[in-house]
Amino acid sequence: MEPIHLHKIDYTILLAYVAFVIGIGWMLARYMKTSADFLTSARSIPTWVTGLAFISANLGALELVGMAASGAKYGIATAHFYWVGAIPAMIFLAVFMMPFYYGSKARSVPEYLKMRFDERVRALNSVAFAVMTIFASGISMNALAKLLNQLLGWDYNIALFVCSGVVLLYVLKGGLTSAIYTEVLQFFMIVLGFAPVVYLGMKDVGGWGAMNHQLQAVAVNPSVLNLKDAGITYAPNAWTSAWTPVLAGPAHNPMGVDWFAMIFGLGFVLSFGYWCTNFLVVQRAMAAKNMTAARNTPLVAAVPKMFFPFLVIVPGMIAVALTAMPDKNYRIPPPILSEAAYAKAVDAVKSASPADSVAAVKAVGDALGKKVAPDKIASLVAANAASKLSDTQIKQGLYNSIAENYYDGVILSLVKKYCPPGLMGLALTALLASFMSGMAGNVTAFNTVFTYDLYQAYFAKGKSDHHYFLAGKAVTVAGIILSIGAAYFASMYDNAMDIIQLVFGFVNAPLFATFLLGMFWKRTTGTGAFLGLFGGIGGSAIFHALTIAGSNAPGVKGGYIKVVETFPSEMAQNFWLAAFAFIVCFVLTVVISLATKSQKTDAELKGLVYSLTPKIVDNNIPIYQKPAVVGMALLIVCVILNFIFW
Amino acid sequence: MGLDIRWPIGLMFTLIGLLLVAFGLTQSVVLGNNINLIWGIVLLVFGALMLLGAIKGSKKNPP
Repeated sequence: MEPIHLHKIDYTILLAYVAFVIGIGWMLARYMKTSADFLTSARSIPTWVTGLAFISANLGALELVGMAASGAKYGIATAHFYWVGAIPAMIFLAVFMMPFYYGSKARSVPEYLKMRFDERVRALNSVAFAVMTIFASGISMNALAKLLNQLLGWDYNIALFVCSGVVLLYVLKGGLTSAIYTEVLQFFMIVLGFAPVVYLGMKDVGGWGAMNHQLQAVAVNPSVLNLKDAGITYAPNAWTSAWTPVLAGPAHNPMGVDWFAMIFGLGFVLSFGYWCTNFLVVQRAMAAKNMTAARNTPLVAAVPKMFFPFLVIVPGMIAVALTAMPDKNYRIPPPILSEAAYAKAVDAVKSASPADSVAAVKAVGDALGKKVAPDKIASLVAANAASKLSDTQIKQGLYNSIAENYYDGVILSLVKKYCPPGLMGLALTALLASFMSGMAGNVTAFNTVFTYDLYQAYFAKGKSDHHYFLAGKAVTVAGIILSIGAAYFASMYDNAMDIIQLVFGFVNAPLFATFLLGMFWKRTTGTGAFLGLFGGIGGSAIFHALTIAGSNAPGVKGGYIKVVETFPSEMAQNFWLAAFAFIVCFVLTVVISLATKSQKTDAELKGLVYSLTPKIVDNNIPIYQKPAVVGMALLIVCVILNFIFW
Repeated sequence: MGLDIRWPIGLMFTLIGLLLVAFGLTQSVVLGNNINLIWGIVLLVFGALMLLGAIKGSKKNPP
């Protein structure tokens, strides 16, 4: 991909955004007087703000770049992450779990675990969470710096330090409130920055019906666009139906996932585990100004979240449809290669003989280090022999001949195709905003957990509030520095990302079982929760060591002890791993709890466990603010969306 | 907490909207549409609505 040359107006938009987010931090600095102001927003923020911050904190690189990539690879079935995963989990959090998080007056999720169980469970959760947020933040910043390097030609180090510096400036000044307020601004920036790209792409393919028509043709023979290996074929609706291909079995959908793994593994374990227990998002709801606002926060977030597939997944589907239309002069980008590799391949084309196309294909393929389309290379060599092509023309021919796709480049390739100067600045600013909101979200969650659950709990008990206020600021700086270190770590090792994601999976998969039992079964003991959680993490690791996904070799992707089970895809392996870890943690926690004595009295568990907590009566609030009513309405809309795209 | 977030959001999108409209009027056509002009107007309207909300809010609840 050639670097994009930005116009003055693009830089002006970019600078205006940076000035406003830093300005918000400075405006809020004068309200930061206590550690609660800095680390928990002193529970003062209105619902619509916490609601939009709730989804914006999650709207990092993974969502914008990753969901477009998945839209191209799997089609509309990617929306299961929203309509089966996120939305039901957010409704459950709002209706059933927020009363405990908010009502217990815990300042963080690990602190809730301490109140419900004991110090051991808090320590395990807070250490794991602190490490994971730093790595998540680092991965996000590494991806951003790489992107700015490839897209704009900016130096990796400068991009990394400048973007981290901007986040540090506004978080250090205004704390969690600053992060939440800028997340609202970033939410609108992301939606308004990417909406025109989707509109123009949809217009270019001829509308929704024309896009589906192209995708149905692709599904029958996906190898033509390098979407699958040769010989694999699906029913025409594989990219355009969310449920029919999944219900037909793993061999009949591009995800390679069966319905049980989809509903139980993704829909229940992974999604509820993320949305209901991850302090990064729950913290936004805990900053709300009262109990009703806290309960409604995930519901406010669920409204735009439900329609996000049209903003982040549909571009991937548009990219596949465009690639299938030769007159559009577009392809899903190939893997990014160095100029040296292209130069070597250009020489190979120039020196190849049209009479021996097999040797030409091999020479060019070796020079590029990628699979190439033999017919395209043969015609390129023939065209060059007939009339000498320029290096640029040969390079363009090579670009179109690489028979591999770089799916993470889909959204940027569409931005590049459709955005003139001006709109380009807006789209790139939206991209920058998504990365920054992800980093700020991680850093603010990290500084709250580290300051309250580790520093105050184990290293500096009983100090003045001003001491913790300053500690929170110091931890913010440390969090940014550690994130930069994690970014360099992720950039240095090819499989660093895989290993980090793997460890995240091990730790997160069993977590929801601990919370579910803790909140809804008063007999759950601290020992049961602690050992159950460890058992779940161990179960994850063993499951991973004994299973593998179809095309992978044993190693970091699994199967390194012995291959007992082979799954059709990595996604299926991940969903089943989550389901297994959840069941192990759940069963172990129940068995150990029954064998051990609870250290907490019923009085101590009041407000922390469902059966011992007086139910909230919503008589004094209008019907449209009642969480149960709003949650039910959202669930109905979600079910309707599932049926529309069945 | 003190600051009504609608002020910075409204101001920022009004400013960006004005920039896009000015650029679109004075390289901006994609698929037959002057997309900078069209989207600049959308951002201007959005920014103005945010500012209107902030003004109404400040009359109701003075900071």
